[in-house]
Amino acid sequence: MTISSAIRGRLAAATALGLLGLAASGLPALSQTPKAGGTVHVVVQPEPPMLMQGLNQNGPTNMVAGNIYESLLRYDEKLTPVPSLAKSWEISSDSKVYTFKLQEGVKWHDGKPFSADDVVFSLDKFLREVHPRWRPIANGQVEKIEKIDDLTVKITLKQPFGPLILSQEVAGAPMIPKHIYDGTDYRANPANNTPIGTGPFKLKEWKKGSYIHLVKNEDYWQKGKPNLAEIYWQIIPDAAARAVAYETGKVDVLTGGSVDVYDVARLSKLPNTCVTTKGWEMFAPHAWVTPNIAKGGPLANKQFRQGMMFAIDREFGKDVVWGGLGKLPTGPISSKTKFYSADVPKYAYDVAKAKELIKASGYKGEPLKILALPYGEVWSRWAEAIKQNLTDAGVNVSIETTDVPGWTQKASNGDFDLTFNYLYQLGDPATGVARNYISTNIVKGNPFGNQGAYVNPEVDKLFADAAIAPTDAARQELYTKVQKLLADEVPVLWQLEMDFPTIYRCNVKNLVSTAIGVNDGFKDAWKE
Amino acid sequence: MSFLKRFCRNRGAVLGLVILLAVVAFALLAPTLYPQSPWRPVGRPFLAPFTIERFPLGTDTLGRNIASGLVHGARVSLMIGVVSTLVALLIGVPLGAAAGYAGGFVDDALMRFTEFFQTIPSFALAIVLVAILQPQLGSIVLAIGVVSWPPVARLVRGEVLSLKTREYVQAAVTIGQSTPRIIFSQVLPNTIAPIIVMGSLMIGSAILLESALSFLGLGDPNLMSWGYMVGAGRTRLLDAWWISFFPGFAIFLTVLALNLAGEGLNDALNPRLARGRE
Repeated sequence: MTISSAIRGRLAAATALGLLGLAASGLPALSQTPKAGGTVHVVVQPEPPMLMQGLNQNGPTNMVAGNIYESLLRYDEKLTPVPSLAKSWEISSDSKVYTFKLQEGVKWHDGKPFSADDVVFSLDKFLREVHPRWRPIANGQVEKIEKIDDLTVKITLKQPFGPLILSQEVAGAPMIPKHIYDGTDYRANPANNTPIGTGPFKLKEWKKGSYIHLVKNEDYWQKGKPNLAEIYWQIIPDAAARAVAYETGKVDVLTGGSVDVYDVARLSKLPNTCVTTKGWEMFAPHAWVTPNIAKGGPLANKQFRQGMMFAIDREFGKDVVWGGLGKLPTGPISSKTKFYSADVPKYAYDVAKAKELIKASGYKGEPLKILALPYGEVWSRWAEAIKQNLTDAGVNVSIETTDVPGWTQKASNGDFDLTFNYLYQLGDPATGVARNYISTNIVKGNPFGNQGAYVNPEVDKLFADAAIAPTDAARQELYTKVQKLLADEVPVLWQLEMDFPTIYRCNVKNLVSTAIGVNDGFKDAWKE
Repeated sequence: MSFLKRFCRNRGAVLGLVILLAVVAFALLAPTLYPQSPWRPVGRPFLAPFTIERFPLGTDTLGRNIASGLVHGARVSLMIGVVSTLVALLIGVPLGAAAGYAGGFVDDALMRFTEFFQTIPSFALAIVLVAILQPQLGSIVLAIGVVSWPPVARLVRGEVLSLKTREYVQAAVTIGQSTPRIIFSQVLPNTIAPIIVMGSLMIGSAILLESALSFLGLGDPNLMSWGYMVGAGRTRLLDAWWISFFPGFAIFLTVLALNLAGEGLNDALNPRLARGRE
């Protein structure tokens, strides 16, 4: 016997995982009538620092607070905008004026009515001051935001800016109650501890270190929603303990990334268990290895970087390190995002070609270090696999380890040769992709900018033009060009379009129905 | 009775020595047995032990040969054990000798210094040192040495205190030998037996310390050590027990062997004590 039973089990699990993914996508639970009531227990990790989504957009904050707050729009899995607080919207023919009609009868959780004043306050004052993603749009692209009547808001742009329609996701532009925050010190407002939104769920209790208890908003503007009566977000600090909590029935939903990648296959075999990789389309996490081009030497040489790209067995990374989750990227833009183009130079695993390119680059065995990302076992294994690949191609490379603050500091300040990173694409290349390749974003102190200090005026111009090109077709043309150019230049070594599967009990229906998954999915979810 | 005979009277010690020699032999033969790097994925991941001849102990999460990791790991673990013990001896012996021989204020000062290190939990101190100095071979050896020397210093001091009142030492003083010469030629040679015994036990605890550091992810990421293997496999303990089990068992055997052999050395080098125990 050559194949052990353990391996066969693993293969079966991988197959099952694939099938379940299909099942979850192919059969939306619309044929059944949603049932009202029921309690769902969900894990959230780590514990959110706060739930006031206007002031904090950490991953765990968004997961919980996205069900308390709402924004003008929601997005389906193809990133098409659908109504939320905005009932309908119109875009003028010159793509510069956006008019939003609001839902009627919307109330804040404290009973006060929601109106156009709150929208103008949120977008023009509150978020413009405090929100890292909305601020550059408000200051750079928006000319004015005005109330037309109580249920109509008009946003006028300085120039066409396509990404605006994708910027109204709940974490990107949550609506903030004017009557509570206007004229106060936003960050010091005591109401930050008792978030008031318009969303389908209200905060009932937050027992620090234990759970966050949300209850149904009885006065929710959309009749019949939400279906669930209560959500408990359980805070369990250890990944293995989270897996056990699911097995023992303490929690019903394991949110993406909350258990070890190796546990996904095992847990998906449990009875009444569904797995989906959907609900991350807005984020489309893209992982790569950043070479520190600013350091000069071999890393500044294009041929050397291309050689490394050929040297790394990326299929191995996906299939073995990540247990088959994800997809190989071809370049800077994720295939899940609009404006993706496959018309780029490709890099298949080819050691001979890698050696040739590395030799041609004039590399003489200068020692290089890979700074591993301290996010757990999988990332350590990945660094080890890539180190072995590069060693095989003749690169003199060793691994350097550190803790999370150490990594943040080193990655922020250019104190590395090669390091891992993964970033959200945020639905539009102008907001989620350009930031990693344009020379104006070579900043110290932030590990999520252009850390390798790649400089190319042509790339800068293409990204700048594409952001404000008037039509999608015009934008596509520019983004196709920049993808081709970057794939040849290899400013970073793209490794994986990551999948973070959500594992949940099959009797929790319709949980993941939007591009941000559980972050705003509980509005439509119900329990059988 | 010869030294060897006395050593062999302790059966456990002989067993320990045999195991130890076997581990050393594996470590020396590692490049011949498995010429490829133990980091290289060579087979399918998660192959169970004893299913494929090429991988007698199975493969790990990335399809690396566990048997290869084990023999290469023996080199790393033994080397770190021996070198860090030498570091501890290099700090502890001179300090203890100086304190014991000089006495008075010097003794007080040095012993308070030693106690300072003894009051800090040694594992916590080692973690802090490695975290500050970056996890690399040098810093790990240094950290283990720095937390292991105080017992050596106290042992040597005690021995020196009793030896310096002997007649032959007094005689050396009388004929005008210099203090360093007395320490090195008259006193220290007579403390070697207990130092050897202690050293052999310390190698075992150094291997354990290194394993614990590696388990926590504070090992040198470029060295395949047993502790690293245990740590890397621990998340798969339920369905792939062999990844952690074999290196863990190797640590257990080696440390046990070192302790047994150390005990035997103690008996052989202190015949009077050993006889008293019987």
